Amino acid sequence: MTRVVVAMSGGVDSSVAAALLKRQGYEVIGIMLRLWSEPGKEDSNRCCAPDAMMLARRVAARLDIPFYVVDAGEVFRATVVQEFLDGYARGETPNPCLVCNRQIRWGFLWQHALAFGADYLATGHYARRGEANGKAVLLKARDQTKDQSYVLHVLSQEQLQRTLFPVGEYLKSEVRQMAAEWGLPSALRRDSQDLCFLAGEDYRVFLRRYAADIFRPGVVMRRDGQVIGTHSGLPAYTIGQRKGLGVATMTPLYVLAKDAAANALIVGTAEELGQRKAWARAVNWVRGEAPSQPLRVEVKIRYTARPVWAEVTPLDDGSRVRIDFDTPVRDATPGQAAVFYAGEMVLGGGIIEATGNNLPTIHPCHCEPP
Amino acid sequence: MIYLDYAATTPVDERVLRVMRPFFSEIFGNPSSAHRFGQRAEAAVETARETVAGVLNCRPDEIIFTAGGTEADNLALRGVMLAEMESGRNRLLTARTEHAAVSKTAEHLEKYAGVQVTWLTVDEFGQVRPEHVAGALREDAALVSVMFANNEVGTVNPIAALAPLCRERRVLFHSDAVQAAGYLDVDVQKLGVDLLALGGHKLYGPKGVGALFVRHGTGLVPSLTGGGQETGRRAGTHNVPYIVGFAEALRLAKEERQERIAHVQPLRDYVIARVLQEIPEARLSGHPEQRLPNHASFVFRDADGNLLVQLLDAAGFACSSGSACKTGRPEPSEVLLAMGFTPAWARGSLRVTLGLGTTPEQVEAFLAVLPSLVERARRLHKEKTRS
Repeated sequence: MTRVVVAMSGGVDSSVAAALLKRQGYEVIGIMLRLWSEPGKEDSNRCCAPDAMMLARRVAARLDIPFYVVDAGEVFRATVVQEFLDGYARGETPNPCLVCNRQIRWGFLWQHALAFGADYLATGHYARRGEANGKAVLLKARDQTKDQSYVLHVLSQEQLQRTLFPVGEYLKSEVRQMAAEWGLPSALRRDSQDLCFLAGEDYRVFLRRYAADIFRPGVVMRRDGQVIGTHSGLPAYTIGQRKGLGVATMTPLYVLAKDAAANALIVGTAEELGQRKAWARAVNWVRGEAPSQPLRVEVKIRYTARPVWAEVTPLDDGSRVRIDFDTPVRDATPGQAAVFYAGEMVLGGGIIEATGNNLPTIHPCHCEPP
Repeated sequence: MIYLDYAATTPVDERVLRVMRPFFSEIFGNPSSAHRFGQRAEAAVETARETVAGVLNCRPDEIIFTAGGTEADNLALRGVMLAEMESGRNRLLTARTEHAAVSKTAEHLEKYAGVQVTWLTVDEFGQVRPEHVAGALREDAALVSVMFANNEVGTVNPIAALAPLCRERRVLFHSDAVQAAGYLDVDVQKLGVDLLALGGHKLYGPKGVGALFVRHGTGLVPSLTGGGQETGRRAGTHNVPYIVGFAEALRLAKEERQERIAHVQPLRDYVIARVLQEIPEARLSGHPEQRLPNHASFVFRDADGNLLVQLLDAAGFACSSGSACKTGRPEPSEVLLAMGFTPAWARGSLRVTLGLGTTPEQVEAFLAVLPSLVERARRLHKEKTRS
């Protein structure tokens, strides 16, 4: 019998994933990771609160599958939380879900699944796995409004071959319906929104508590170096932000970039906001190998962004890329992922490290970064 | 699935179930009722009390039926301390190795009732030695509570040496014998205890029933007040079928004690020998000889006992760990820390407890998978702490 470990959270998606696998005849084991919570805030951490754990346990009992909680608190803190803090310290806007998928789900949990003798790891993600030319391919979910393929671009070919996304073939409404029909206790649970370890708090409050030193007041300046104000610390701002800049001007100004080295917030007009180029590091190619030629692909620069056409040129051995957008994009943000799509298929992606265009700027990103 | 967790609980013996059955629907009366229905139920409870008293070698009126071992321990500690404090003695002596039913109750009394608690020293095997008790007894001592056999590491305490020592000093002595009663002689005269707690489900009886022996003349303030059952010391309508089942299970445990020991002890010795021989960085926890005959417990350095138990479960074997928790946040066991194990060892504890249903084949199958699972648990532990 094929053994599958399902990552369970108490939520409706992973619950239905487990139920589907059980119905498909797999031998299913549910594992829930106890992730990191701030001391004293365990109850408000959505993913690991006692009630979420109790829900997952009840779902497992209903499905008659073994269920284990594994402590991942320390490794989560040392990777996901630390990189979140480090990212902001670098002037980036990090995406912790990517780190979590790479280090925790398909890292720590993956190792545990193998130790439990699993042939596959399954999650409740909305994405699909297909096959082409003997390789596993990562595809968008059938429910385009719930598609999570963006945060799954970090999977290696080997991992994808042994990963299942049972709910990716269904619409969210169908998943909820199945959960209700099968009497799964998590059927009515609302979806998670925020980062689990923020416990519903604004990320800036969290950052101030854990890395107060990265909030250093500095100058707000135009691209030409003209200082027009001061800011309270770079992590409080995000690319494309208009409100709360604390400067009064005739034309609305937007955050164009954050210059971490100079601790300067670079602002400009809407016209300046567009970026024609971006560079990405830590690129993963789902196929397992980098392309030798530049690719015409659609690129998503944020989880919720619409894909835009671009040419992606592999640099170095393919672990970095340059992205030339057909039309300038307004919110390409260092720290977020750029993910490359060929239609439904995820080819790969990486972390945006710099953006630029052909306008004169003091920001050092209009040439290829070293 | 192979069950190797008989110290957690045991299945109800068919013979026990048989004597319980009539008391659910057929002989259903309330023992406190004056009519014949009540009289028949009362007769069953009093017969059960005589049976228990027979096993303990005490008077029937020295037995109080409770809803389990935890309640019996609670009643002993709370009841004696509240009674003794009226005479100005407010010190309770017990150990960190005690079952939580005792240690948490002691902490509770300290926090809310003005009881002073002395935590007795234990040796590397988790044993309380007579000199530990003798050295700690002061004028204000009211009660000493030391378990007969430890649930986590199986160590048997020298109760027959500890209890008389306390009696000489006019200090009351309670022993939690919940784990012990399945295999050891619980003759309260030989042991010399003033109070002794028992539970049904560790000896093939039902869950949710137990008893407290309270020596005649011992002051005891009730915890549950109400209808005056159990001579006013434990109110609440008697759980007739469970009391009947508990008494039968205890009787069988005494009657078949030698056969039961002869069945589990060689298997236990075999498990201990093979584990220590085949698994590197493994140690037996608890006393090598003075331990329960069905109880093997180990510590494996740099392994997470909680995870090991999960891996064993997925492989088809039910065991437990001192650091076992279902919420994924394992803490090294307090019992093992009190015995002097470092956290690196104490976190990796495994308890293998055998029972009447254990066969040599089951033990062989278990020993065939354990070394590789310990190895996996260690590898994952390294993974977890690598950062």
